[in-house]
Amino acid sequence: MIEVKDIYKSFDGTQILKGISTVFDKGKTNLIIGQSGSGKTVFLKCLLGLFNPDKGSISLDGKIYPQLSPREQRGLRQDMGMVFQGSALFDSMTVEGNVMFPLEMFTNKSRSEMQDRADFVLKRVNLGDAHKKYPSEISGGMQKRVAIARAIVMNPKYLFCDEPNSGLDPKTAIVIDNLIHEITLEYDITTVINTHDMNSVMEIGEKIIFLKNGIKEWEGTKEDIFKTDNEAVTNFVYSSELFKKVRQMYIEERN
Amino acid sequence: MNYLASIGSYAIMIKEVFRKPTKWRIMKSLILKEIDELIYGSLGILIFISFFIGGVVAIQTALNITSELIPKNLVGFATRQSIILEFAPTFCSIIMAGKVGSYITSSIGTMRVTEQIDALEVMGVNALNYLVFPKIIALLLYPFIIAIAMYVGIFGGWTAGVLGGFSTSADFIEGVQLDFIPFHVTYAFIKTLIFAFVLATIPSYHGFYMKGGALEVGKAATTSFVWTSVVIIILNYILTQLLLGQ
Repeated sequence: MIEVKDIYKSFDGTQILKGISTVFDKGKTNLIIGQSGSGKTVFLKCLLGLFNPDKGSISLDGKIYPQLSPREQRGLRQDMGMVFQGSALFDSMTVEGNVMFPLEMFTNKSRSEMQDRADFVLKRVNLGDAHKKYPSEISGGMQKRVAIARAIVMNPKYLFCDEPNSGLDPKTAIVIDNLIHEITLEYDITTVINTHDMNSVMEIGEKIIFLKNGIKEWEGTKEDIFKTDNEAVTNFVYSSELFKKVRQMYIEERN
Repeated sequence: MNYLASIGSYAIMIKEVFRKPTKWRIMKSLILKEIDELIYGSLGILIFISFFIGGVVAIQTALNITSELIPKNLVGFATRQSIILEFAPTFCSIIMAGKVGSYITSSIGTMRVTEQIDALEVMGVNALNYLVFPKIIALLLYPFIIAIAMYVGIFGGWTAGVLGGFSTSADFIEGVQLDFIPFHVTYAFIKTLIFAFVLATIPSYHGFYMKGGALEVGKAATTSFVWTSVVIIILNYILTQLLLGQ
């Protein structure tokens, strides 16, 4: 469980986060949504410990980030998996090398043990036959799956994803969403996803928080989104014609 | 003020490079890879340039000997002194700032742009140690290629001097051996080692702290070449004054 209490963060005098408080539960897929510039990425980087909040605290299962020593912070990082927007796979390594990298860095497993673990997670993300390929030789969707495999190879307690669907076609995006959701349930991970993708919201959003200008404007579940009267949320979520029609149908059905 | 801030963050970067080392098992393979890329990969271009520059120095010297009173062995002597004192350690380092420096900046800069460095940091890896330390260690072998450049440069001078009819082989070799001061080689290697550190760290700094996209990677590589060259030239002056000045 991740508990965020009243965090503030500014850069060069510009206030980016303005007193955000929320709780991300274990075993749930938590989504952060909001327009570009709303502070989503800064918020995610605060959760990851890459930025220290100016005020407030972030507690990961009772461990409060700024209070930890650098050694404890590094230890905590090994409990985290991160899927970056652009996958951030190491170009110079094969798919297998990328997945084995955290194991090589932080464990004393033998080569065969590491290979077995890499095989297992690659099969889990349905990539059993891409071990020897380089990131440049595989598609964007496959790169995302390798990034997920790398993120879960150390059995993390927390999984963070920054725009995991960006650049993917809608069908592949749903595959990635479902994969993250299944892994969250299977390993009982606290998952936090930064997204713009409304399909993800409707598909896997067990808890959603909506940020606007650095403030938490709204929070709820995917079901609550249909019912909310919050204008900022509805304007954002139902900005496309397709979603406007879906909401209209939902309201007509309800009435 | 910007320059001071850059010098400060460069110093902090150097401190970070030596903190929290990466596992030796991984570091060993990174160092070998960098030796292959930075040292072995530069050997060809340095041999090629050294040979021809040595030849040009010999020809220029011979063509400028107009007085009969000047001994013919001056061609060999001037070639040796130019190559050992300046060409091999300094001029080759400027060439390396272009070849190796821009490679280092662009490879680390691309890792920054594509969030690979963020990925390392999120995992708890000391990205500076992982990326920069192997380059510093690999470039400790830089004096070896400079020694080869010295040899090839003098050989290039002999080839151009003798085959071009500017000097006899005996005169050239006599000149090469004339008044040889072994400390000049030591001085050249001291310079080379210091330049090697500059070649590994300044381009890394420009790559690691760059911001922006692909265009900025190119700009960072150019800036890194300019600053690496400037620092090498200034250090060359200071080291010459310190080591050879009376």
